[in-house]
Amino acid sequence: MRVMVIVKATKDSEAGVMPSEKMLTEMGKFNEELIKAGVMLAGDGLHPSSKGARVRFSGTKRTVIDGPFAETKELIAGYWIWQVKAMDEAIAWVKRCPNPMLEDSEIEIRPAFEVEDFGETMTPELRAHDEKLRAQLAAQK
Amino acid sequence: MTATDTHRAIDAVWRIESAKLIAGLARVVRDVGVAEELAQDALVAALKQWPETGVPDNPGAWLMAAAKHRAIDRLRHKTMLDRKHEEVARDLAEKELAMPDLDSALDDHVGDDLLRLLFVSCHPVLSTEARVALTLRLLGGLTTDEIARAYLTPEATVAQRIVRAKRTLSEAGVPFEVPRGEEMEARLSSVLEVIYLIFNEGYSATAGSDWTRPALCEEALRLGRILAELAPHEPEVHGLVALMEIQASRLRARVGPSGEAILLLDQDRMKWDLLLIRRGFAAIARAKAIGRPLGFYALQAGIAACHARARVAADTDWAQIATLYGALVRVAPSPVIELNRAVAVGMAHGAAEGLKIADAMADEPSLKTYYVLPMVRGDLLEKLGRLDEARLAFERAASLTRNVRERDVLLARASACA
Repeated sequence: MRVMVIVKATKDSEAGVMPSEKMLTEMGKFNEELIKAGVMLAGDGLHPSSKGARVRFSGTKRTVIDGPFAETKELIAGYWIWQVKAMDEAIAWVKRCPNPMLEDSEIEIRPAFEVEDFGETMTPELRAHDEKLRAQLAAQK
Repeated sequence: MTATDTHRAIDAVWRIESAKLIAGLARVVRDVGVAEELAQDALVAALKQWPETGVPDNPGAWLMAAAKHRAIDRLRHKTMLDRKHEEVARDLAEKELAMPDLDSALDDHVGDDLLRLLFVSCHPVLSTEARVALTLRLLGGLTTDEIARAYLTPEATVAQRIVRAKRTLSEAGVPFEVPRGEEMEARLSSVLEVIYLIFNEGYSATAGSDWTRPALCEEALRLGRILAELAPHEPEVHGLVALMEIQASRLRARVGPSGEAILLLDQDRMKWDLLLIRRGFAAIARAKAIGRPLGFYALQAGIAACHARARVAADTDWAQIATLYGALVRVAPSPVIELNRAVAVGMAHGAAEGLKIADAMADEPSLKTYYVLPMVRGDLLEKLGRLDEARLAFERAASLTRNVRERDVLLARASACA
């Protein structure tokens, strides 16, 4: 499965405080580990929301709002896209991540919709066929 | 944390650590089979202890320490019949004393050890099935049951295959090392072949009704991506990764709502996964940057990239694809590739030109029962308006395929020619 791993913003990250060299080194090592494990597909650190913009949708109306934005905790400071076997694997990896912030912070993990989600569209005939195969397998054991 | 939570956390740790653990142990005990048993013992110990104590801060180091203690115990209790055991026991004891920080000592070797483990798992002394099973088990950290389900094979068969493979490696005295010199090329191609076989098993099921088994594709991609970091100077490694990334980018597009197959040119390209395509292009660039002639996988990746670059099927650069197939058939002469060249030439320079190549292969013995030859002929004949011949060709193709959904597609095309 593919997950998006979201590093939440803090007061410091929103204020544009750059991470320390030590943190950058540790994060670099962690990224290298992710790549070597075949887990990391993509990722970036993001500028503070003061450099960002939002487009608000209301019916046919579009309004552009320039940053910075309030609700710091709801903002994001960076993200990864990972390929993992299960949410638990993503959680185990996030636990190994060096603390990304000096203040208390959070990293959020959200699974993406994937091919497997086509499982929902399996017709009853296909499902029956699948179950038959499984039953045959069990009988062979 | 409940016991179930802990078990799930252990599964995740196993997924991340098992290959490194087995690889590190194999270097010390010089036997992949024994290394895997020791790693399993450590897993059993974790399953017993962690639900009570919680998952340790450095679970990998914990597992390695547990496995090493177990190794020393075993060796001490064994009647040290051969010198190898004595040597290994002494080695272990010395390392314990000399390097109290086992983890950091092991860290230095992790990459090399993983590469060795991969080469040993794909050793030519093993049958292809055994290589696949062992690779999924040792490098992928899959359980026997997971492998059995993915391959629609009884679990006992897979278990036996793995046991036998480990015994074969041990009896053949296969050294735990990365091959050098001339041997390297052949051994690397075995590794690449195993990874691509796993991918293809997931990509196009040869039997049954599951058109794709994405988990196997993902597993093969992960192994490929790992290998690309372990052996970054081998163009074919990047070629294989590129090929798999680009093929996997189409997984979402190649199955219709009721599970039927959708062929490449009919796919909704909006469903192609741009992230994987971009990764595929990057991998091709890495292969080219090495500056050696492109090989079997890199050329195929180049062909896949031609399709990926075309925003609509009509934009496809068929002339370039035909050229790449020409290069591919020189690198790896094969009737199947020649058949693909027939298709590309048919698209680039007209159906009649393609049909010439396909018809020249009619007597090829290895294609006698291969459904794709009549399928390609049917397609080219249909384009030339020779509908009766086309229908017969599609019907013949349908009678040869083992895939239920593919047969449906072919029969539909046959009746369209009636």
